Amino acid sequence: MEKTNNREPVLKIVDLKKSFGDNHVLNGFSLELYKGESLVIMGKSGSGKSVMIKCLMGLLDHDSGLIEIMGQDLSKLTLSQLNELRTQIGFLFQGSALYDSMTVRENLEFPLRKNKEKYKQKEALVIEALESVGLPQVIDLMPDELSGGMKRRVALARAIILKPKIIIYDEPTTGLDPITSKEIIQLMRDIQEKYGASSLIITHDVDCARVIANRMILLIDGVNYAEGSFAELALSTDKNIKAFFK
Amino acid sequence: MKSKSTQLATKFKSFFEEIGELAYFAGRFFKEVFTRPFEFKELLRQCYNMGNRSLLLVGVTGFILGLVFTLQSRPTLMEFGAESWMPSMVSISIVREIGPVIIALICAGRIGSGIGAELGSMRVTEQIDAMEVSGTNPFKYLVVTRILAATLMLPLLIIFGDAVALIGSAIIENLKGEVSFLLYFNKVIDALEYSDIIPATVKSFFFGFAIGLVGTFKGYYCKKGTVGVGEASNAAVVYTSMLLFVIDFIAVFIVDIFFEV
Repeated sequence: MEKTNNREPVLKIVDLKKSFGDNHVLNGFSLELYKGESLVIMGKSGSGKSVMIKCLMGLLDHDSGLIEIMGQDLSKLTLSQLNELRTQIGFLFQGSALYDSMTVRENLEFPLRKNKEKYKQKEALVIEALESVGLPQVIDLMPDELSGGMKRRVALARAIILKPKIIIYDEPTTGLDPITSKEIIQLMRDIQEKYGASSLIITHDVDCARVIANRMILLIDGVNYAEGSFAELALSTDKNIKAFFK
Repeated sequence: MKSKSTQLATKFKSFFEEIGELAYFAGRFFKEVFTRPFEFKELLRQCYNMGNRSLLLVGVTGFILGLVFTLQSRPTLMEFGAESWMPSMVSISIVREIGPVIIALICAGRIGSGIGAELGSMRVTEQIDAMEVSGTNPFKYLVVTRILAATLMLPLLIIFGDAVALIGSAIIENLKGEVSFLLYFNKVIDALEYSDIIPATVKSFFFGFAIGLVGTFKGYYCKKGTVGVGEASNAAVVYTSMLLFVIDFIAVFIVDIFFEV
């Protein structure tokens, strides 16, 4: 069968395993993320979500299994190849992770340093990214002068400044009030439409999942417990699945 | 419950493991310091932070050191009618030993703890991870630049501190002994030899390296959330201070062999 461009996974994880001593965190987790898709992964605390994305970004070595990003096997890449690949992935950290010794402008310029062409257009790219998140006025402020929601937006601007093909969101709405959460979710949708990137979203937030997910995976005890659309999973009679939607 | 001998063995094991990790960390520094890309801009920023921003502290410390050392030594030298030896004694003591060690200890507190706390908080707030996922080598950007900056700046700070300490000493001599500044500094220059200045300067590079290395090591591998940041900062000062004395002992031992002081 001929595969269309849209059905070619940009990110593939097969049978991923990771342990810390006797603590088996991931026990054969798998996923495929397709071009332009928003895939939400939900799981309880300690279910292995953060470990999974750390393995995915090469911040942790996995014990076994396959991680393939845009056709490249992560375990076969050199550090410079991995760094090159990382520039095609945007990452929004749970705590924003803005560099607190740098201004917003310097934070956004930071990912451009390794790309001479883009670095030449840094001013335009920084302004474009900040306008995408609705915060062009904070360009010369320090991160500690921003509210939690503004920090998250600036971090999102930093994640998209290189116009990545994949954006990974780690708990994008955690710690935010409901109104700011809705604004962030709307921004995520807008960015998805504007850049056409594939999104992998790790969240506990059912409202976020309802609005943004094309597809969902429930992660329990380090393995895929269930997979489907939000509506399919929300209507499930399985008590473990229902627990997520209460 | 573990017996005392088991606890002691565990402590020894973790101590040697940490020494091994520190040695590996230093090895990684030497590997990365000579490979591209070089982070000159960040290196200059760190030199400015460590050098310029420590000047006042080092200056005040050096000045008081010179004043107090001269005031305390004066009565004893006068007792033996040897107050004319004051400039020689003060300059040799300060340049060879007291200046480098005291200023390095001050810098271990100011620079070492600062590095430990900064990198520690960057680690716990995922800023180091953010740097890594943006395609930048955080070891090169954060660690190599800080160790190099500390290694380069400490000798300059020590030279500055020694000079200010001698000025402090000269002021006391001028006030109490009516020795002119010109006479005082002529005697200082007569007393000092290359064998006093060169070993002291060389060891100050090692002091700077130790401050940068331990501070970055403790901060870069900081664990246990915000508590870990405090521990990293504290450990950076404690371990660096111990290491400074070890380096000083080795330096004095080597100088003693080569220069027969």
